[in-house]
Formats: sequence, structure tokens, C-alpha cells
Amino acid sequence: MNKQAGREPVLSVANLSVEIPTRQGTLTPVDKLSFDIEQGRILGVVGESGAGKSMTGNAVIGLLDPPAHIAGGEIRLKGRRIDNLAREALRKVRGKEIGMVFQDPLTSLNPLLPIGEQLTETILEHLPVGKTEAQNRAVAALEEVGIPAAAQRINSYPHEFSGGMRQRVVIALALCAEPSLVIADEPTTALDVSVQAQIIALLKRLCRERGTAIMLITHDMGVIAETADEVAVMYAGRLAEIGPVRDVLTAPIHPYTQGLMASTPLAAKGKKRLSQIPGAMPRLTDLPDGCAFNPRCPIAKDKCRRPPAPNLDSGGGNAACWYASGARS
Amino acid sequence: MSKNKTEEALVTVQHLTRDFDVSPPWLNRVIEGKKKAILQAVSDVSFDVKKNSIYALVGESGSGKSTIGKIVVGLLSPTSGVVRVDGVDLAREADKTRLEQTRAGIQMIFQDPFASLNPRWKVKDIIEEPVTARGGDAHGLAEKLLEQVGLSAADVSKFPHEFSGGQRQRICIARALAAEPKLIVCDEPTSALDVSVQAQVLNLMSDLRERFGLTYLFISHDLTIVQHMADTIGVLYLGRLIEEAPRDELFGNPHHPYTQMLLEAAPKLDGFGREVEPPKGEIPDPINPPSGCAYHPRCPIAVERCKNERPGMEQKNKSRVACFLAE
Repeated sequence: MNKQAGREPVLSVANLSVEIPTRQGTLTPVDKLSFDIEQGRILGVVGESGAGKSMTGNAVIGLLDPPAHIAGGEIRLKGRRIDNLAREALRKVRGKEIGMVFQDPLTSLNPLLPIGEQLTETILEHLPVGKTEAQNRAVAALEEVGIPAAAQRINSYPHEFSGGMRQRVVIALALCAEPSLVIADEPTTALDVSVQAQIIALLKRLCRERGTAIMLITHDMGVIAETADEVAVMYAGRLAEIGPVRDVLTAPIHPYTQGLMASTPLAAKGKKRLSQIPGAMPRLTDLPDGCAFNPRCPIAKDKCRRPPAPNLDSGGGNAACWYASGARS
Repeated sequence: MSKNKTEEALVTVQHLTRDFDVSPPWLNRVIEGKKKAILQAVSDVSFDVKKNSIYALVGESGSGKSTIGKIVVGLLSPTSGVVRVDGVDLAREADKTRLEQTRAGIQMIFQDPFASLNPRWKVKDIIEEPVTARGGDAHGLAEKLLEQVGLSAADVSKFPHEFSGGQRQRICIARALAAEPKLIVCDEPTSALDVSVQAQVLNLMSDLRERFGLTYLFISHDLTIVQHMADTIGVLYLGRLIEEAPRDELFGNPHHPYTQMLLEAAPKLDGFGREVEPPKGEIPDPINPPSGCAYHPRCPIAVERCKNERPGMEQKNKSRVACFLAE
């Protein structure tokens, strides 16, 4: 990827694999994933449900539900390995260095505590400040995310806010310890279009002003187009394609990305029928041999149906496909 | 307009209003002196759905689009106003057989295919129920319909859990087709599905419309899907219809400030690095809606009159718009 000399990425993931041992054998929801996010950049991670997007996010922040575990690879945050940290050390990183925004703002806030208390608790835990200062910072954080009359609303409970306002509180919570990386997992999926536009504008502003790196997980191509700098397309736990957002969306080279882009109603402009990818993503329990996309792929050949599965190098560094049409430079 | 066969309205909705009583319990009202609270989910909505067309209702959450859908299929009754399907007023028709016939001609496809199929029933029973429940003969029907929606006839003896989300939605469509309906109300039929599967289901719905001459009332919050599917679009805000126009007119030349905002705010596939001025405010509390035009607190061009007077629907070129200032 476009690694500029002298600039160390905030997050660097190399060959990350996540495994879940089950009675039917070991499943691999994330398979040898590699990507970097630089300071002040937004990486969009797209894919259909079950592609392993959220699993990747959870692995980075160390929140995998057992028995899922990291089976291989490295996760580095500003050069420091965080995938093998002990529980307690990881807890310090989480919240301080990495903030997290989940899809449903109601379930990511404690319904029994006023939002101010949840913010000050986080600030006191991670920053060397006193109680009054923490409270001031909490109000400032709420103001920054655009909550009107923040000083008065600091003692309100989560249920007293609307969905959009709650998501702002969650973002304030993720940012209050000034992390260098924010993982936003479908942050606007539960919100209306007009509120979604507000939250996207907020994320972009924070990323620009504070230089926070953001990993934006979503299934919405429109959101990715407007927000992300780079985009990683996942399919069945593997990276299908990665690159600058404009290239991947306007000139995709992996057949899956091509199919995905063509099947969005936005791309159908005037055409009567949408183009469609036949079939559905395979279950992890019966992944096909070779390339996971081969049963649905219009250009699959014998090589695709045999192991090994193609990786990014097979497609010229940007797409995991043996026959990626015209690799981008 | 010529009143030929296709121009006829299959569904006419006139001044439809639906209230929900969301008051606190009786005892709390007495002890704490709380008032009764009425939520007007649908407020004076009128529109026609032409035969063999797709009419889409769009709006954000709380705009009343699902409530209208439920009233049209007869799952809810209107508080006031009239809904006629094929000339029959579902809430007031006295002739039982005529009512029954009309109702058999209306089917619904729901949003969540995981919740709308009985997990203990076989696919065959699910699909044939609309026919067998009315005492009809459903021999071989499930097999035929499954093939029409792109599944295999051998799937009849399977259970819903053996299918993926997209396949389940196909089963829901097969069930809707079993009664040979004229009208299908689709409430967010693809929002639980992934993009590539969504395309399959939308294509199937278009094919079936042509094949069986169906009419769809299509409820969605997703403007991109609506732009692809619908012939005519009604935009709802807080239970009120604020603009109605043919598809190209609505997307090419939106009149109402809310519609303009909605189109502007929707993410664009080619909107790389697009900086939009995010829309102001949020949808107001529907229990205490703003006076006058419900959109006036967020409207960039609102004037004094918008606060005091509710605008009615006016014809503007090809559109009908509820705004005093729309050009």
C-alpha cells in the first residue's frame, strides 16, 4: 500500500487471522488480513454480513468473544505490538489509545448512569487529571460533538436523548481520552439519512482536526465514498481488494468488488434491471477450495478452484485474484 | 390524462388519519396529573396508486410510512379517512364476500425474513397457507411458486432456518404470490439484506410485476432503491405527505425543502470527499408536532406563515407539494 517514507502508520495489521474452534472443526472468520491506517486517514472496511468486518474490528481492540481468538499475525499500534498484551495492559490501551463506536448507541451506553458520569469515569481512568478538570473536559467533549446546552445535559440519562444525539454521546465517549485510533462499527446504520449526514460530517471533522485515524466499518458504499480515504473490501474473512477509495469504487479490479458495485441501485442509473451476483456468500463451515469467491465468480477458472487461495500479491498488490483485470499502480 | 385501463387507481387513500393513544396509565394520569397523549402517526394523507404501477412511500423513522402500509392491508383501521382498494372500503364494506375477495387480493412482504416465517412450519405449508386458509386447493402450488421465485421445487419440505436471508425473502414473496394478489404492500423488503442479494430480490420483484401485472405499494427509507423501483413517489414527514411526484421529476426537480434536504443528505457513490452542510436539527417529537408546517423549525426558507398555517397539497407542474414557498 501507499506507505510514505518516514510516516509510521497508526495502526498496522499484518497477516491477522482469527480462529474459532468448533465441534465441526476450526473456522477462520478472519484469514491473513493485512492493512495500515495512517494518522488522520479514514480506512473504510466494507463487505456483506459475515464477511468478517466486525470480527476484525473486535480483534484489533481485543474484544473477541471466546472461543474466538487471534491465531496468527501482528497488530501494531504506533509501532507497538498490542495483540499479545496481557489483559490489564490491553485494558489501558483500550479507551486510551483506541476508541470504539458501535452500531447501536443505546446498547453502548449504561442506561443507569448519567452521560456526564460515564464521560468523567473514562477521562479519570485514562488521563492524569482531577475531578473538576475531568468534568470540564466532559462538557467540552459533548460540545465538540455538537450537543446543544452540554453543561445542562450532562446529568441526563441516555434514554433522554434521541438516537442521533446518543450516537454523538458515544462518539464523545470514544474520543474523550484522546485516542489515536477510533474504530467505528456501522456508526450510522441505525440512524436516519439526515442524522447520518450529521454524524458523518462530525467524524470527518474530528479526523481532520485531531489527526485521529479511523477504521470505519460499514456495508454502505455511499457512506464509504463520501468518508473514507482508503477502502478495504472483505469477502468470507479475506481481503478481496484494497486501495484508494476513488480507484476501488470507480474502477474495481476484483470480480467481487465489480459485482458489488454494479449491484447497487445507484449504479443502475436508468437501467431496468440491476446486475446481480448469483448465489450468496458461503458459510464459514463450507468454504470452497481455492478462492472463496469462485462459485459466484463470472471469470473463475480451474486455478481458482484449487488451493492455494489467491492473496493480494496474486493480483498485483491490490486485489486477491489471479485474474484481476489490469492491476492499478 | 386519458382514463384508460392502466390509468385507473387500484388504491385510493383519502384524508387518511391514524391516531395512537400513547397516554401514561390511568393511575399515573390521576396521581401525577399527566394528560392524555395522542400520537398522530398519519395525518390527512391522500394519494392514489395506479394499477400496475409501483408507488413508493419514503420518509425517515416516525414518518408514518409503515402505518399507512398496515392500514392499506387492513392490519390497522383508520381513525378517519377512507382507504379503497379496487373500490372497496376495507374498514366499512358491509358485503362480506366482496370484502373477503378484496382482502385476498392484498398481500404483504415484511422487512425481516427471519421474523416473518414460522420456524416450525415447512416451506410448503407457509406458502400454501393463504390459499388453504380460505379453503382453496393448493395442490402443487408451492412447488410451482418456489420455481417462479428462483428456488428449487425440492425445497418444499425444508424449514425456514435452512435458507439464507435472501432465500427467505424469496419464500415470503412466493407466499404473497400464492393468493394471486393484485396489490402487494412491501415494507422495507430488502433492508435486512446485503447489497448483492438485494439486487436479486429487487430484480425478482420487477420481473414478477411484469409477469402477473402486480401493483406494489413500496415502503422504504432508501432513496436509491426507490429511485430504481418506483414510478411515483410520495415523501412523508411526521405523518404528513409533503410531496408527490413521478420518479424523474422528484429526483430531478424536487420542490419541497425537506425533499431537497433528503436528496442532498443521502450519500452518493461518486461523492468522493464531498463536504455537505449537514442538515439542521432532527425529526420533532410526534406527540407534540410543530404548529403549521411540521418542517418549519428545520426549514431554511421558512417564513412566519409556515408557523401558523399548515400548507395543503398544491399541484406544481407534475408534482403535488405541500409548501407555501415551493416554486
